Amino acid sequence: MAVKVKIPVPLQRLTQGKEEVEGDAGTIISLINNLDQKYPGLGERVSEGGKLRRFVNIYVNEEDVRFMKNEETEVKDGDEVSIVPAIAGGC
Amino acid sequence: MDFTEEQLKRYSRHIILPEVGGKGQKKISEAKVLLVGAGGLGCPVGYYLAAAGVGTIAMVDDDKVELSNLQRQIAHSVKTLDVHKADSAKQTFEALNPDVNVIPIKERLNSKNILDLFKDYDIIVDGTDNFPTRYLINDACVMLKKPLVSGAILRFEGQVTTIMPHDGPCYRCLFEEAPPAGLVPSCQEAGVLGVLPGVIGALQATEVLKLIIGKGTPLKGRLLIYDALGVNFRKVKIPKNDECAMCGKNPTITELKDSPEEYCSI
Repeated sequence: MAVKVKIPVPLQRLTQGKEEVEGDAGTIISLINNLDQKYPGLGERVSEGGKLRRFVNIYVNEEDVRFMKNEETEVKDGDEVSIVPAIAGGC
Repeated sequence: MDFTEEQLKRYSRHIILPEVGGKGQKKISEAKVLLVGAGGLGCPVGYYLAAAGVGTIAMVDDDKVELSNLQRQIAHSVKTLDVHKADSAKQTFEALNPDVNVIPIKERLNSKNILDLFKDYDIIVDGTDNFPTRYLINDACVMLKKPLVSGAILRFEGQVTTIMPHDGPCYRCLFEEAPPAGLVPSCQEAGVLGVLPGVIGALQATEVLKLIIGKGTPLKGRLLIYDALGVNFRKVKIPKNDECAMCGKNPTITELKDSPEEYCSI
């Protein structure tokens, strides 16, 4: 079992169209770095200098990591991580 | 106000619902809702609110109808090409339901006009296409303590949340800041499935009606994410952020500001 990561539509280009990918348990930032190796470019879209970008939220199950330990929040096998960027379209 | 025979018939499927009834329908007919944007989201939201009999619906949009809008903006038609979207929507909604007073506001929202435009309305609906306006609307709603039903769409994905200022998180609690210009593409650049605003707009209209009749649980403190391709509806929690620049313990934003123009190209 691994950590399931939900990829938002705007980033699915980087995951060959996959809406869900798998990563290793550990901290959020290590998970992102780990995913960036498999899907180059993903890390940069979500984080900068080891910190999460302020217009992209990451949830572990339903909880926003900003209100836990942020980048250092631990995720374990079976957890579901969602990457949710701000979108503004109303057009 | 008492309902006419015709109105009793028109709203009979509402009135028969115990959660709505004559009382709820009266609240609906007395409600004043302001929609920002008469585009992809504004069209279905306004259309359903008009059908439901919402007494006053303001549509704020300074754009005119273009052919490329008609793939999704269902209040407009080839007959209203080049017409102001707010006027086109007024024609459509009033044709559906003459009980409804649609007020077209052909202006762009800015820090100077927004409070004055919002102050007479009960509920604000966000269906805009850019981040600066989203933050401006949020800040104005927090200042005026107006409920805000926010919806956003891009490609195959939509987001909805209901903001009850000072009684839950605001948009800045959710996303602390807008992405830099150019990082998140617009619908114009990235495309949008035509029916997607219909789904998200219908959810927004539902939230508005629930707030008006005071029934059910508002989508407060939760972000609903819809992924059309995977047919997933997910909800994540939006905690109220004590550090929020707008509604936190020590707010740093105390007046409305217009963002630099280049942001608007997002």
